[in-house]
Amino acid sequence: MTAHVPAATLTAYASGDLGADDAMAWPVEAHLENCPRCQDRLAELVTGPVQEILAVARTAVLAESRSGPRPARRRRLRRLSYRWLSPSVIPWALVTLIAVAAAFLLDEAFSARSSVVLLLAPVAPLSGLAVAWSRRWDPAWETVSGTARAGLDLLLRRTVVILLTVLPLLAVVGWRVGANPALWLLPCLTFTAAALLLGGLIGVSRAAALIGAAWMLAVALPALVMVRLPVLVQPESLRGWAVAAVALAGLVVLRAGDHRQHAGRN
Amino acid sequence: MVRAVRADELAPSTGAWQVEATGLRVKAGSRLAVDGLDLTLGPGVHGLLGPNGAGKTTLMRALGTVIRPKGGRLHLLGRDVTDRRSLRAVRARLGYLPQMFGFYPKFTVRDYVEYMAWLREMPAAAVPAAAQRAVDRVGLTDRADSRLKSLSGGMVRRVGIAQAIVNEPDLLLLDEPTVGLDPEQRVEFRELLRDLGDTSCVLVSTHLVEDVVAACGDVLLVDQGRLVFRGVPADLARLGAHDGAGDSAAERGYSVLLRDHRSAA
Ligand SMILES: [Zn+2]
Repeated sequence: MTAHVPAATLTAYASGDLGADDAMAWPVEAHLENCPRCQDRLAELVTGPVQEILAVARTAVLAESRSGPRPARRRRLRRLSYRWLSPSVIPWALVTLIAVAAAFLLDEAFSARSSVVLLLAPVAPLSGLAVAWSRRWDPAWETVSGTARAGLDLLLRRTVVILLTVLPLLAVVGWRVGANPALWLLPCLTFTAAALLLGGLIGVSRAAALIGAAWMLAVALPALVMVRLPVLVQPESLRGWAVAAVALAGLVVLRAGDHRQHAGRN
Repeated sequence: MVRAVRADELAPSTGAWQVEATGLRVKAGSRLAVDGLDLTLGPGVHGLLGPNGAGKTTLMRALGTVIRPKGGRLHLLGRDVTDRRSLRAVRARLGYLPQMFGFYPKFTVRDYVEYMAWLREMPAAAVPAAAQRAVDRVGLTDRADSRLKSLSGGMVRRVGIAQAIVNEPDLLLLDEPTVGLDPEQRVEFRELLRDLGDTSCVLVSTHLVEDVVAACGDVLLVDQGRLVFRGVPADLARLGAHDGAGDSAAERGYSVLLRDHRSAA
């Protein structure tokens, strides 16, 4: 676009002297399509009838833009929440909040007893995982499970949100009862990874229920009855928890394919 | 719609068919609902008919990659989907409306369709326009920002169709798409089907013989987990011209086919 349309040519074009079949008209139009300056020059040159047509068109366009459908709002935050949250997350969050708060109150009331907060920490994320990817709790399960992102991609997003809810909660109550942060953090992460790993084989809901029940029956309940903190939630076990958390997390990534298709059971 | 061609779309596939099943066996619970089914489908609209319990829905779920076949060979869009590694690529080019279309009541129509487009890994920049187009195509433009819980059954079904077509799938599976649609909407839907069948492979499972006659290029009849008949809609009318039970010639033809197959078996 080096040269603009010469004034004489533009005048001829505006008055219609340059016919549509004229070889001269084609390059003029091609230039006009992309040159705002020549468009302005042309607008000043057009005659009465053309101006009238333009005015009518302008009114019609403006009327349409006022009465037509409104442009969709930007919904960035909502979109973000759909991509990361599991749809049944609210009831779950309430249940977890109540459980952690109850454990904290028990610890405050009977400080001589074994720490209920530490005993609850490993299983705190499990109820969330149970509803995160479940045929029963997710109404759109079937529609979603046939999509490209179904599988570990979606499951990990939902798990991250669950941990982001549970961990700060545990951090607050853990600090109030004066527990070593690693003592609730590492078991919590280990159990999350274990539920995901086992979930690839038997379904995440089932795995979370199984692991949670096993911990409650084998460790938490005896500890509460005997009023003694088991070795599993004492500092000498931390090394073991750390190894288990890293190993299980690695296995979850290695076995990512397990989550890709329904195994017929969850 | 203009879009970039991905490298994997140009890669040669092993077959010319969008669906290639040989000796397919799929379980529904403890029962083998699909038992030794052979099927090849190319572009066009295919109507899947069969009595209740014939295995139609189980077949649709297996083709939608929701459940894993117990045995046999299943290739979708040229890839072996019994190999889990090929699922992701196939699913991005798949559209599926399940018979029980569950949804999130608080989502708006637009939210839901956009969410499904995202799940099918459409490029983020293309999602809003694709969702709008899908919503327009099923006639829900004026309800695009209504919450799903405020919609009637027929409207929800149309949302289900919109989410299935939002990624312009190469293989589209619709299980009972016309349930809850009124006669006028059903006519519009058939038009949409013919339109979709021009470019992709569409499989419609239905119990309405008239839907198949009006919109499908060929008819598949499934009974007891197997494909027992394949023909064109005119075959049904011809068979039902003087025989069978039903309101229309095609319905009578369908009943004749089923009866003959069962007495032969
Ligand atoms: Zn110019």
